[in-house]
Amino acid sequence: MDKTIEQIQQEALTELESAAEAESVKTISIKYLGRKGVVTQFLRNISNLPEEIRPEAGKKANETKKYLDALFKKALMHHESSSWETEGRIDVSLPGRVAPRGSLHPITQITQNICDIFTRLGFDIAEGPEVETDYYNFEALNIPQNHPARDMQDTFYISNAIVLRTHTSPTQPRIMEKQHPPVRIIAPGKVYRCDSDLTHTPMFHQVEGLLVDKDISFGDLKGVLTTFVHQMFDPETSLRFRPSYFPFTEPSAEVDIRCVICKGAGCRVCSKTGWLEVLGSGMVHPAVFENVGYDTTRFSGFAFGMGIERIAMLKYGIDDIRKYFENDLRFLRQF
Amino acid sequence: MKVSLSWLQEYVGLNLKINELAEALTMAGLEVEAVSDRYDYLDTVRVGRIVNVKQHPKADTLKLCDVNIGGNIISVVCGAPNVKTGMLAPCALPGTLFPKGIVLEKSIIRGKTSEGMLCSELELGLGNSGLGIMELAPHLTAGDSLNKAIGLSDPVLEIDLTPNRPDCLSITGIAREIAALQSKKIKYPEIALPESTDDIANHTSVTLMDADLCPRYAAGLVFNIAVAPSPFWLQDRLISVGLKPINNIVDITNFVMMETGQPLHAFDFDRLAENRIVVRTARENEMFTTLDGKERRLDPEMLMICDGEKPVALAGVMGGLNSEIEDTTTNILLESAYFDPVCIRKTSKKTGLNTDASHRFERGVDPNGTITALKRALQLIVEIGGGEWVRGIIDEYPSPISEKTVGVNIPRLNRHLGTRLDVAAIENYLDSIEFEVEKIDQDTLKVTPPSFRVDIIRFEDITEEIARLYGYNNIETTFPLIPADARHPDKKIDSRNRVKTLMAGLGFSEAVNYSFISRQSCDHLELPAGDPKRKLVHILNPISEEQSVMRTSLIPGLLQTMKYNISQQNKNLKIFEIGLVFFHTGNNDRQPDEVEMLGGLWTGNRIDSTWFSNEIACDYYDIKGIVEELLKNVGIGHAVFTRMPAESCFYTRPGYTARILHKNEPIGLVGEVHPKVIRNYDLKQTAFIFELDFDRLIQSIPDVKSARPIPKFPSTSRDITLIIDNDIETYKIIQSVEMFHEELVENLHLFDVFEGDPIPKGKKSVSFRVTYRSSKETLEDNRVNDIHKNITDRLMKTFDATLPAV
Repeated sequence: MDKTIEQIQQEALTELESAAEAESVKTISIKYLGRKGVVTQFLRNISNLPEEIRPEAGKKANETKKYLDALFKKALMHHESSSWETEGRIDVSLPGRVAPRGSLHPITQITQNICDIFTRLGFDIAEGPEVETDYYNFEALNIPQNHPARDMQDTFYISNAIVLRTHTSPTQPRIMEKQHPPVRIIAPGKVYRCDSDLTHTPMFHQVEGLLVDKDISFGDLKGVLTTFVHQMFDPETSLRFRPSYFPFTEPSAEVDIRCVICKGAGCRVCSKTGWLEVLGSGMVHPAVFENVGYDTTRFSGFAFGMGIERIAMLKYGIDDIRKYFENDLRFLRQF
Repeated sequence: MKVSLSWLQEYVGLNLKINELAEALTMAGLEVEAVSDRYDYLDTVRVGRIVNVKQHPKADTLKLCDVNIGGNIISVVCGAPNVKTGMLAPCALPGTLFPKGIVLEKSIIRGKTSEGMLCSELELGLGNSGLGIMELAPHLTAGDSLNKAIGLSDPVLEIDLTPNRPDCLSITGIAREIAALQSKKIKYPEIALPESTDDIANHTSVTLMDADLCPRYAAGLVFNIAVAPSPFWLQDRLISVGLKPINNIVDITNFVMMETGQPLHAFDFDRLAENRIVVRTARENEMFTTLDGKERRLDPEMLMICDGEKPVALAGVMGGLNSEIEDTTTNILLESAYFDPVCIRKTSKKTGLNTDASHRFERGVDPNGTITALKRALQLIVEIGGGEWVRGIIDEYPSPISEKTVGVNIPRLNRHLGTRLDVAAIENYLDSIEFEVEKIDQDTLKVTPPSFRVDIIRFEDITEEIARLYGYNNIETTFPLIPADARHPDKKIDSRNRVKTLMAGLGFSEAVNYSFISRQSCDHLELPAGDPKRKLVHILNPISEEQSVMRTSLIPGLLQTMKYNISQQNKNLKIFEIGLVFFHTGNNDRQPDEVEMLGGLWTGNRIDSTWFSNEIACDYYDIKGIVEELLKNVGIGHAVFTRMPAESCFYTRPGYTARILHKNEPIGLVGEVHPKVIRNYDLKQTAFIFELDFDRLIQSIPDVKSARPIPKFPSTSRDITLIIDNDIETYKIIQSVEMFHEELVENLHLFDVFEGDPIPKGKKSVSFRVTYRSSKETLEDNRVNDIHKNITDRLMKTFDATLPAV
């Protein structure tokens, strides 16, 4: 071994001092630390040294290697950085390259919102067929043939026995036939009515809810629906419960909320009443329980339903129900 | 149902202001939809002072008047004999809507402009006199609106009644509710019939052939009446609730119906053969002409009112032309009956006749109100029509409808409502709506609702009455005690939400199309006869031909959406939909098979023209990539895409369509829309679609995810290029290598496909990079080389492949 590691280091430092640009630093770096570099060779030869000095020499050589490596990197950075700071630039404001995300239909989003709220309250989600039997759509819900309440919904018929469901309520008897109380379900889905004008589309969406157990009261109905409205809209939203009529509930109630647009002052959306009808509800009619074989002396419950388009209109300020099914991309992409 | 306040006040005093009343009714279950004033139309009728009257130059009977209507003077052409300078008269301005439905416009009469109209009482609906213009009191101020000036105001409530409350289809019905709300008593009209010596039994009879459909039929007779227009007050009442006055007899029957809720019908007694009434069902195909002049075919489910020979009225729905009251009628038989609601409803539905009478009968009138209403009408006919009442009333009521009683357990009622009401409070509420209450013990009441409350049948009906009178909003809000158990989430719903989110993430926007499509869609999709998608479910009463069958595919909806968007200049479209399709089972009385599908469509550009790229149109591989990525992300790894045979391609283009298989089962297709279909939908640009059977897809989604260890040792790779027949689908090579079960092969990546010189015609070169890795050690080159050679040899043999010339 001709040169000591100290000498090698000294030579490297001298060379580095005279290096004027990045390229020469790189050359020096390779000369000393490259695979066949001087320091590398030195390290390789250490195994030939007498055993007693070998550890000390190895340690020193490694330190030198580390030292030089750091020094070369620093020198390289020094030479290069001046050019980084002065040369080259791009228009950082040019549009970035994206793979644009699509969107979920507003009906889907509101349905998911509603389902999330009720599942937090312990409800399960169920679904039913869209083409229903007359029995589940009407009879089981205490709407017999030739009952005037059939006029409340314009029905699409497939035959005398088969209809397009006019509401999501058939899921009530369907679930109760299969399950004993306690029952807590919500059932979202498409419904159909033979009605098409500025404010009606022949297909729309509803969410049905049903809770049956021992000693369920009208007060409980109010509690659950108030919680729902406060989560869906605003915790400050006031509600009112108003007597109404549905053949499958008794007592029946419409639920109005303070107009979310005018806050009760009266506007076009609420027809100047300050209130918006958002839910139909009521205590499950005993005839419905009897149809599914529930003991009306032991169990009571409440049911409710709402139109999703209506809720979405209020949440998103959509003013035309037909927009939902035109599927104009400029509409869909807003959600 | 419209009710005017002035009419209501005949029966009940009002403490509440009109808006409070509307609110109170709404909160008691009678939803007031609108409140208006019936004299609002007089807003544009001004008090006019006639300042000058001149002769019309071209018409002897017309005058030209200068009328001061406040700020300015307008000229009005007037033909009234009593017009004179200085008088005050109502002057209608253009835009005024008269009660008869005519809108006043500025007009030119015989060459002279008339900027308004001086009006008579009759024209304004304020009286019967049409002889001259209405003379107003001289102290009024010119220019004021007429209704304000003379204090005309009569609010009208429009009430949206639910079908369970037929008792409120009358003014007294609403008055009863108002009385209960104000803790007052209703004042029913007093009925007093004049003395009479004759006896109805001497003149007529009623025979009930079907007492099930007509439980009660009552009749009265009045002789020697004079048919004439009604007095103003009567016409005014009818107009106030939206009815049209006809003549005094018909008006009285309508008035009493509005007052009591009991529909009545007057027959010309002299036109009844044998002067008697027979109530029977119609014969099959019997023909009958109703009052509206339409001939109707009857059936045995319909109930008819007949005379000794023939039908004279469609019971409870509409009278017949052959017995209607005419100007010459002198003797009348007045009917008041209770018909079976179901029978009336069926007849009304079948004939399409929905009348004020049928509306009430099908919901249920008061079976005990029959006679009161009849007497009330007889009294008015005698008073107004000037006839002689024939003493007595026929009342055929063979089996009286029994009173219902309902047991009410008070603790149960309180539990049901969440209230703490005591017996006294409950008794009070029930008493206020005329329910009879008998206290059985401290906890139990026996309640008898009045006969007009046909909706009260059981305990729960009583709870609603109590709740609405107590006030829904006064019931305390509570929460159910819910056991903390839960079912497993529904895999279908979870997967659907996940797939929707993934599709949105992949750039697709969700569409929701109607479930019904055009009958022609199958032809548009070029489906052959007998294709399963032709098993259509037809809607009996569709809104339009365009929406007359249930969809058997999502594709027509997606193509329609594409068409709509292109018409809106949205030419680059990535949309998807998840929804049901419906297949007819062959039996109309059975529910169709419902299958959930996922469909997607991509048309237009993959990349729009930007600063970094020219625009690039999307192609088959774009949409296939979407499907692959979607499947991979729901954990379906090994789906196979293989060419759909040309004879199985209908709405997609042969050669550009793949069938998607999972575990050898078809789960869908992906491809380019067939050019024929593009034309059938009048589209100008091509589109790429996919369809997946969502129900099957869900079955294939694994329930659990399990982690694989990250490899510890380095991989090494080798390339292989094979020249194979053009027809060989590359997935087969990948599948083949998988079949070799060579455990060190980690991955096979296809990185090049090439056709053309120097590759022979009918052949293509395909290049793969095979990645080798062991989980136990770093692989040595020699070992990898051996395996690679082996794989290459086997592939060459399997696919009759050659290696490229070097």
